[in-house]
Amino acid sequence: MLLIYCPYCEEERSELEFRHGGDAHIARPTNIADITDEEFAEFFFLRDNPKGLIFERWRHIHGCGRFFNAARDTVSDKFYASYKAGEPKPDLSAVHPATEKTVETYEATEGTAK
Amino acid sequence: MSGANRIAGQGRLTPARTARFTFDGKSYEALEGDTVASALLANGVHLVGRSFKYHRPRGIVSAGPEEPNALIDVARDAARRQPNVRATVQEVFDGMKVTSQNRWPSLTFDVGGLNNLMSPFFAAGFYYKTFMWPKAAWEKVYEPVIRRAAGLGTAPTEEDPDHYANRYATCDVLVVGAGVAGLSAALAAAATGARVILCDEQPEVGGALHYDRSVTVDGKEGFVWAQEAAAKLAAMENVTVLSRTTAFGYYNHNFVGLVERVTDHVARPDRKAPRERLWQVRAKRVILATGAIERHMVFGNNDRPGIMLASAARTYLNHFGVAVGKKVAIYTANDSAYEAAFDLKRAGVQIAAIIDSRSKPGDAVLNEARSHGIEVLPGHSVVDTKGHRRVSSITVVRNGGGGKRSIAVDALLTSAGWTPSVHLFSQSRGKVAYNAETGQFLPGTYAQDCLSVGACNGTNGLQATIEEALAAGELMARATGNDGGEKVELRGENAFEWTGGMAGAAEGAGADTNVKAFIDFQNDVCAKDIRLAVREGMHSIEHIKRFTTNGMATDQGKLSNLHGLAIAAETLGREIPKVGLTTFRAPYTPVTFGTIINHSRGDLFDPARKTPMHAWEEAHGALFEDVGNWKRAWYYPRAGETMQEAVDRECRTVRAVAGVFDASTLGKIEVVGPDAAEFLNLMYTNAWDTLKPGRCRYGIMLREDGFVYDDGVVGRIAEDRFHVTTTTGGAPRVMNHMEDYLQTEFPHLKVWLTSTTEQWAVIAVQGPKAREIIAPLVEGIDISNEAFPHMSVREGKICGVPTRLFRMSFTGEAGYEVNVPADYGQAVWEAIWARAETLGACAYGTETMHVLRAEKGYIIVGQDTDGTVTPFDAGLAWAVSKKKTDFVGIRGLKRPDLVKEGRKQLVGLRTKDPKLVLEEGAQIVADPNQPMPMKMLGHVTSAYWSENCGHSIAFALVEGGHSRTGQTLYVPMPDRTVAVEVTDMVFIDKEGARLNG
Repeated sequence: MLLIYCPYCEEERSELEFRHGGDAHIARPTNIADITDEEFAEFFFLRDNPKGLIFERWRHIHGCGRFFNAARDTVSDKFYASYKAGEPKPDLSAVHPATEKTVETYEATEGTAK
Repeated sequence: MSGANRIAGQGRLTPARTARFTFDGKSYEALEGDTVASALLANGVHLVGRSFKYHRPRGIVSAGPEEPNALIDVARDAARRQPNVRATVQEVFDGMKVTSQNRWPSLTFDVGGLNNLMSPFFAAGFYYKTFMWPKAAWEKVYEPVIRRAAGLGTAPTEEDPDHYANRYATCDVLVVGAGVAGLSAALAAAATGARVILCDEQPEVGGALHYDRSVTVDGKEGFVWAQEAAAKLAAMENVTVLSRTTAFGYYNHNFVGLVERVTDHVARPDRKAPRERLWQVRAKRVILATGAIERHMVFGNNDRPGIMLASAARTYLNHFGVAVGKKVAIYTANDSAYEAAFDLKRAGVQIAAIIDSRSKPGDAVLNEARSHGIEVLPGHSVVDTKGHRRVSSITVVRNGGGGKRSIAVDALLTSAGWTPSVHLFSQSRGKVAYNAETGQFLPGTYAQDCLSVGACNGTNGLQATIEEALAAGELMARATGNDGGEKVELRGENAFEWTGGMAGAAEGAGADTNVKAFIDFQNDVCAKDIRLAVREGMHSIEHIKRFTTNGMATDQGKLSNLHGLAIAAETLGREIPKVGLTTFRAPYTPVTFGTIINHSRGDLFDPARKTPMHAWEEAHGALFEDVGNWKRAWYYPRAGETMQEAVDRECRTVRAVAGVFDASTLGKIEVVGPDAAEFLNLMYTNAWDTLKPGRCRYGIMLREDGFVYDDGVVGRIAEDRFHVTTTTGGAPRVMNHMEDYLQTEFPHLKVWLTSTTEQWAVIAVQGPKAREIIAPLVEGIDISNEAFPHMSVREGKICGVPTRLFRMSFTGEAGYEVNVPADYGQAVWEAIWARAETLGACAYGTETMHVLRAEKGYIIVGQDTDGTVTPFDAGLAWAVSKKKTDFVGIRGLKRPDLVKEGRKQLVGLRTKDPKLVLEEGAQIVADPNQPMPMKMLGHVTSAYWSENCGHSIAFALVEGGHSRTGQTLYVPMPDRTVAVEVTDMVFIDKEGARLNG
């Protein structure tokens, strides 16, 4: 069970108090009615599923109720930052190495065992 | 003496304190503090079970949680019975009933033992290959037979009468394991003032000190020192010492699951005490002092009762005072086993020989053995054993051939070396690293704030362990901001440094042999099975594991994994780390379901939500149905009425007179603020800015992909205030959906959302006499049809309490929904009911509500829609604004698949046989005579008998349904095919005269 820092409550609380909200920093187009099918697919369906650093939304649903963003490593589950909704993506290049943006498949991980 | 093999003066139990228990019906005497294993051995019982696949006689192998063989069934009474308990950890209590498992008809004569003779046919992968054909036989023949034959114990059939507790805890430093390393670490950490939890799975602390009598710490015998250290720790305010407590799982962010066995060792437990307690510990730092597990030697017929681990024999002797044999041989590749011979010899047991597969054993142990007059055979191996229910002799050869001799024994102790217990470290997602020099996998890269100390870290030597543990304890405590106290110093001495160790098959069980050299006792996996798996193409250790089932039994391969890996590596011609280690998974040892669910059973499994009128409904004979967590009145049967009769009566009465219905469970959200209308414009397909205060509108909410998410009536109370209702099940997610958009996409809007679901009690009064029922009770609202038409809302009073009175209908009748503060709900309900009853109205439940709404063509989101339905599919195009330039779902609705022809659309169905009610979920086809598989056009979403229509009615999602009106379609059922006609969805009062009356 994760320990998550709520930037509004300014303390770490148990994962039980939170709900995950998917990828962060995906802004809903202001002209959404006019975008192409491809743009809509990009906005609504397609996600990177990175192995490594991910920026994601959380809601402190059983606490202050606020949505906020966090940077987490999907391999180690280590949180590198959590910050209020609307704030820019923090620069984590100093603390976190580049991330593979590939979707991991069984074949890729099993190597010679194919 | 309790048991013939108990040696006077040996062990730490008190001879006077006895307990009686039965094993397979026979009564035995034990001492308090005995495990079932030690008590059975004391009484000369080695045969305790039959193996999983071959049904071979098996005995006790270990003295700890790693035990693969001695699984027993332990009972207090019929309900308090647990199968698959390891006899080596279960403490004896007076009156316990122990039964052996996996044998029929008896342990000593077992029919399944025939499998042993058939074993050439039971090689690895046997099940996968043999029981493939015929396919139909799997379910009916093979699986039941295999399950019965190869079963572990049987689960009790009665409900578990015990209760289980749950506790959350936090600490600065959690120390797992209370051997020398764990105690040292805890002492150092505690001295700083840090909050420390120390847990150990055994009844008493000490770990390896249970058996290792040659250790002294601070000048005291190790075990004595350990008890004093634990007592000192327990007396400190900042320390919690938990015995009989296993850390079974290491999860994210230093969250560790512990299970404390509270009463399983007590003869007459206090029934108020829980049987077990789950501790959910969040530690700032964790110190793992989990020790190491001794491996057995892998050689032909190494599984006979009487063959056990050398350290286990030392535990039985030094702690329990039990000699595991009268004439004992030792077979080892490692120095530590020699000390078993020394201890037994000193206790008067005859040592037949020490057979050491190494040509050069450690000098110190070799000299000591000679001084005891024990014969040592270096460079020799045990290649076979004899004896049916207990080992009677061993066959020894010189490595490389020759010197073959048979030695009569009644016990054989083996040791291939020590496997560090890196289970929890690995569960913490730390990466292990292989140490080629010692042949051990050790903690490598740490993923969490923890440290491993002592044997689990590959640290050899007592003083080195103590110093490593003290340093870790202090370091970890200081890291949490505790810097008080004095430095702890300890001095330990032990008799011998241990060297040696091997993994894999020993001499005589190599690739050129066909002997049964077991590596996994519990799953009956032999060295040759691993080789077969490799020959058949399994090259990954994960595949080899699954093909052979090595390490997949309840002991999770604590003894076998490294052996299996070494044999696989040898067969593949690769180094051990190149073949890879299987992943360690929680739990470390089996955990009962009771512990995991603890309080969450029965009434406490899930909270029941009850409306303010629940008590009245109960008192008036309502039956209830579960809707999410809500208990909703389902129908109100009168004496002698069936459900159908009650629902028919309720349906008739509502349309003829009136009915009163508890609608309190509807989700309610108060949307307030200067931008409230603009916000709702974005959240719903409809336009809200045009809605005048005092009016209501039915709204459709979509997801961004264009599919219907929820619906409900929204009333505008004032310019800046809306009363939103949602479906009963949808309330929390709609609130979350709204908050999400408000906080993250539309934060510029000045709107405040409040969930008011439980603040309002809602009483629906529906039917021709609805107005007459409420009229005398309402104050300050003109409820005439002209002043208060359909889809209006007013604030005023009813029965003297504030109300938001809605004129709205989910029945098609003129009606009202009376919202009052929840605390007044029952009082207002009773006042309304008094009027209603006098006028001949009824109370009705959700079943009648469903029928009435269906008669009128009203959908239920989640029943008639399934997350792939657009408002157009549902026939609700009128509710989608064409003027708005934005709302959630506006773009999704234009997606190619959502606008193309032939989508499934919601229609009405009438059966050609009017009496026949369709089954919800039934599939619909155009041609009932087409060959199977048939082309399915859709399915029935709702179906009822309509008493008011005099025929059955149904809704269905049908491909191109809106253009099929009048068509005949078919619903194939197991017993017949039902012809149906596609209709519109309104079955009653199509022009809406009743609604507006």
